[in-house]
Amino acid sequence: MRPFTYERATDVAAAARAAGSVQGARFIAGGTNLLDLMKLQIETPTHLIDVNHLGLDRIERTDDGGLRIGALVRNTDLAADKAVRRDYAVLSRALLAGASGQLRNKATTGGNLLQRTRCPYFYDTRMPCNKRKAGSGCGAMQGMSRSLAILGVSDACIAQHPSDMAVAMRLLDAQVDTMSADGVARAIPIADFHLLPGDTPHKETALKAGEIITSVTLPKPIGGTHVYRKVRDRASYAFALVSVAAVFDKDGSARFAFGGIGAKPWRTPTADAAAKQGAKAVAEAALSGARTTHHNDFKKLLVERTLTSLYRQREARA
Amino acid sequence: MSSDQLTRRGLLQGSAVLAAAAPTLSAAAPTPKTSGANAMMPVELTVNGREVHLQLDPRTSLLDALREHLHLTGTKKGCDHGQCGACTVIVEGRRINSCLTLAVMHDGEKVTTIEGLGTSDHLHAMQKAFIVHDGYQCGYCTPGQICSAVSVLEEIEAGIPSHVTADLDDVAISDAELRERMSGNICRCAAYPNIIAAMRDVAGEAKA
Repeated sequence: MRPFTYERATDVAAAARAAGSVQGARFIAGGTNLLDLMKLQIETPTHLIDVNHLGLDRIERTDDGGLRIGALVRNTDLAADKAVRRDYAVLSRALLAGASGQLRNKATTGGNLLQRTRCPYFYDTRMPCNKRKAGSGCGAMQGMSRSLAILGVSDACIAQHPSDMAVAMRLLDAQVDTMSADGVARAIPIADFHLLPGDTPHKETALKAGEIITSVTLPKPIGGTHVYRKVRDRASYAFALVSVAAVFDKDGSARFAFGGIGAKPWRTPTADAAAKQGAKAVAEAALSGARTTHHNDFKKLLVERTLTSLYRQREARA
Repeated sequence: MSSDQLTRRGLLQGSAVLAAAAPTLSAAAPTPKTSGANAMMPVELTVNGREVHLQLDPRTSLLDALREHLHLTGTKKGCDHGQCGACTVIVEGRRINSCLTLAVMHDGEKVTTIEGLGTSDHLHAMQKAFIVHDGYQCGYCTPGQICSAVSVLEEIEAGIPSHVTADLDDVAISDAELRERMSGNICRCAAYPNIIAAMRDVAGEAKA
């Protein structure tokens, strides 16, 4: 790990201001992803601002019946929250499908949104990676790309977004609340929060330098049957090859979001519109524009089969 | 990271950046806890009921603070990347991977390691159960397994659901629940069935 200085921030505005004024500064919350990457010198911050004591650890009702989730609410607490279990079960399910008990006890809501890709070429500092080092090339395109993305990819990068939680947040139309270094608050729709790689895969989110996530806000509950189905290489504690978050309504309409296949948490209105036509139609709509490699072409069929499984499960319960 | 990538020049450059950053910091962020360039930082922990005062490089993981500075070597370093669970300890009542957190982030907090759960003369119920049910072979992962196992039973008691919980509001012990919740602790000797038996024993639901 490279040397860094450390401070424990005591209020949000000061934390944002400090992050904006010190070059190479990073916030640290759970640290479960950042410290891992710092050990590998993929992340090399010169200064860490510990935001764990900012009091952003509450879950509150909003005036319009939604839920405001503090950026520091731990994954365990969010998944177990009564209101989340009752009204946003897909979010509980997505969180519980991710990581391990130890990691969920530490990992935070804000940090999860900033989780970086698990592309093996991003992790291997001997290999080129446009995300890790802009302009260095991509080792994955002609390499082992089985786990990588097939939607939203570019000529520069085919890294997948690793989060389960963010897929559910995308499904639920969450908004990301932030404060910038100059003290200005803003709300970013989750759809705009993560950026597609394009020519600049090293730019991953809409956050500006020093901008800190303060909370994630969910709109009022949408009802329906909530499901999160994750397909992976082992039954627990593995990243998704494919995951599907869905909310089904009684009338057969539904909304879908996908993990494991996109450069960012993936959602497309055409997939939702195809809900009543069944799994195959939804898969076809969701996979429009998919660009696969020899190694990850199987994901297209896996998406269809995962959807088929969800539809069958739903019929069995009806 | 191979050592040949660590150069004297790189280290010196790193120090220069830190030295330059420090004055800006003290001006911009008058927070009570700020480290200077290359400074050691005071860290107070309550480990297994004992208050300890350390001076640590901010890079020191909680795991290294426990093992290298407090010589509590019961907690093991396996992968050092949060993948194996050998380093699991209980901080403020919750199990975490001590390799993926900085000691300085836990200033003022309570830590329980395997040494704090029980002693050779007074074993914790889970330690006894691991012996009775042969919940290990080589034993390297065992301290982490036991810290995790103790916490898992508490998490179930607290009604925290898991990936395999059918009804999010109805959390109960089953083999499937224990297996899922213990997935962050790898045992290369594959003592898994016996670990589950030990946990069920402690939970008072030992199978006949």
